[in-house]
Amino acid sequence: MEDEIEPRIIAFLCQWCGYQGADMAGTSRLKYPPSIVSIQVPCSGRIKMAHVLEALTKSEGVLIAGCHVPNDCHYVSGNFKCLKRVTLLKKLLEQMGVDPARVRLEWISATEGKKFARVVRGFTHELEELGPLNLDHTNPNDSNGLLGVNEK
Amino acid sequence: MESSLTKKKEKIGVFVCHCGRNIAATVDAKRVVEEILKHTAVVHAEDYDYVCSDPGQELIETAIKEKRLTGVVVAACSPSLHETTFRETVKRANLNIYKCEIANIREQDSWVHEDKEKATEKAIKLTKSAVEKVIRNEALSPVKVGLYKKALVIGGGIAGIRAALDIADAGFPVVLVEKKPTIGGRMAQLAETFPTLDCASCILTPLMSAVAHHPNIKLLTLSEIMDVEGYVGNFHVRIKKHPRYVEPDKCNLCNECVDICPVAVPSEFDEGLSLRKAIYIPFPQAVPSSYLIDIDACLGTSPLICGKCAEPEVCGPEAVNFDDQEEIIEEDVGVIIVATGYELYNPTNLGEYGADVYPDIITSLQFERLLSPSGPTEGIPKRPSDEKIPKKIAFIHCAGSRDERHQPYCSHICCTYSAKHALIFKELVPDAEIHSFYIDIRAVGKNYEDFIRRVQEETGIHYTRGKVSRIYEQNGKVKIFGVDTLLDKRIELEVDMAVLALAMVPSPAIQDLASKMRIQIDGNNFLQELHPKLHPVESATSGIFLAGAAQSPKDIQDTVAQASASASKALGILTQEKISHIPTVATVDEDHCSGCNLCISICPYGAIKLVDEIAHVEEVLCEGCGACVSTCPSGAIDLRNHTDEQVGVMLKALAGEI
Ligand code: FES
Repeated sequence: MEDEIEPRIIAFLCQWCGYQGADMAGTSRLKYPPSIVSIQVPCSGRIKMAHVLEALTKSEGVLIAGCHVPNDCHYVSGNFKCLKRVTLLKKLLEQMGVDPARVRLEWISATEGKKFARVVRGFTHELEELGPLNLDHTNPNDSNGLLGVNEK
Repeated sequence: MESSLTKKKEKIGVFVCHCGRNIAATVDAKRVVEEILKHTAVVHAEDYDYVCSDPGQELIETAIKEKRLTGVVVAACSPSLHETTFRETVKRANLNIYKCEIANIREQDSWVHEDKEKATEKAIKLTKSAVEKVIRNEALSPVKVGLYKKALVIGGGIAGIRAALDIADAGFPVVLVEKKPTIGGRMAQLAETFPTLDCASCILTPLMSAVAHHPNIKLLTLSEIMDVEGYVGNFHVRIKKHPRYVEPDKCNLCNECVDICPVAVPSEFDEGLSLRKAIYIPFPQAVPSSYLIDIDACLGTSPLICGKCAEPEVCGPEAVNFDDQEEIIEEDVGVIIVATGYELYNPTNLGEYGADVYPDIITSLQFERLLSPSGPTEGIPKRPSDEKIPKKIAFIHCAGSRDERHQPYCSHICCTYSAKHALIFKELVPDAEIHSFYIDIRAVGKNYEDFIRRVQEETGIHYTRGKVSRIYEQNGKVKIFGVDTLLDKRIELEVDMAVLALAMVPSPAIQDLASKMRIQIDGNNFLQELHPKLHPVESATSGIFLAGAAQSPKDIQDTVAQASASASKALGILTQEKISHIPTVATVDEDHCSGCNLCISICPYGAIKLVDEIAHVEEVLCEGCGACVSTCPSGAIDLRNHTDEQVGVMLKALAGEI
């Protein structure tokens, strides 16, 4: 991947906070790179780590934005559930030779448009440093398509 | 993945909005239309200036009818703005509202990007992703359930009273459950209320009496919640009513029984500063207006031992009934308001302040009783040890509040009520010298700051900023040690009496009650609201609302406001004929469920239970958060219209693979 190509980010945004924060960035006309695309999820606790891995095969990094801990999740504790899963996933990524920084979990409230834009810019920058991630997802014997992957 | 596609040919229409120049300046709408038309399921696509306008909506309706569309995607502004609008549009053309999806190409695209080429590419991906999703959306209708048009209010303090009256006045029956023998709660114990110095009883007792006489209110005192089952609209509650041993309908408050009763124990109402009999009324204005027997203190029913109060010459109306039994009462209600109030932090935990050891180091509620004209000293503030009127007193703020060793939070009302105490005391004892030790003066409330100033001017109160480290009583004098943190010097002060402004803590029974109702407790054991701004009086369980100091320390104003807010939320449910519930809930694939229980433990709403070893979702309880979906190790649970299949295919579309 050439240098000038922006790293692709797939974002999972919880409908109550992360997604609304992203909307707020728009309402405030803040700018960030267009290489991010997002999926709205009901709550960060809905996000399957298998989907995050899947998204990593199609991008350079995955952003998850949910409601602030401890109490802002609209479904009591989905944010904590997500936090635990992401912590585990990062360990797994490390073992697979993928930099865990490629998955980023942020708490972004509906009013934090600035934070959303800042996070996307910062994450893009970080992923530029990390370079492209070409996870081979096509090996039929490897259902995750990720085992033994080395970024370099 | 293709399975749902092959079932029936989906015909999707896509409408790309220019939003004037808001979208069109950065996104090439014509290209989006061109590209999306290449999708096999898309049979119609067009762009328009303002799709949300009347003619815009008309385009959608016409296309649905003429092209027999099975789904619609509107690529426009955020779904937060017009999802409802467009859902209504498709509904008018007889399409299910869930067969309409929004691609957010404004807030999350045209407004945040500058490169037209890239923003257009992104708009195409977002639109495709929405097309893939809507193809797989099920046509759903809200789940409709009937409801019991009755409310349960737990707690008969000012919060519970206000909420019960509001609901009852609106014409709905209310069951008001109170653990103590009377309603009135903490407010009944207060002498006067800040900042207006109204007499607390003058405000409260008419409301208590309104409860007693309200045709829509069923009052159950000496009663506790045993268990709560069900869900919004359909709660089944079991209540244990303890025996009173005096029949309120017959009792005429003649006082003969009290006179003859030989047993005296400390009065709860007077915070232990006076004695009451084993047969008693907590205070004269108590509701229900009747005596009761404290059976633990009572000598016994046998005429050989006592039983004097039950004798016909004592109790003419034969109201005393030693055969009174515990009763289990069952109620079906649609909504519940929890207003269980607060207690003072146990002063025994503050050993250095000596409140449990020395008679003249007292709690703020005890002082309140001493100031009350109906209190143990008839409103003449006498100190408990020798009944002398203290001339020099000290108030210790934050006794147990804002203290990591005790309660980390601010109890919110102590600064202001201590000032109130100072003012009333000064009126009663004009030559008094008053000291107050504080961390910060937090008089947050309408007119409270003015009130503090007034107290300072009228009482000459000496405010010392600092923390008191030790208090004890010696030779009839209360000695106070601490530091003045403004002057940075040690303090030693001798007074006649010290009053501890103890932290407000939630009623200890709340933990148990909360778990029975599946509502949350916060880190300080107060009830947790669903959301501080969006749902400040709702609990996590739909249909259960919170009011008063059980939710956080608060003053009477805020308590009453919250109680009315809760009542109006409750009425919002009670006034409906049926309640609708979102249909986008979890579903179980029974063939794949292994009955492992993981989903049951993770569901915050108790919406899943095992039926014949298979997980079963109670749809009306499910809020559709999807936590169970991402937990199920067998992939046996999915979320309607946000299925794993949908997420997978949306990812593909977003990556440009479709
Ligand atoms: S609703 Fe936003 S994280 Fe749960």
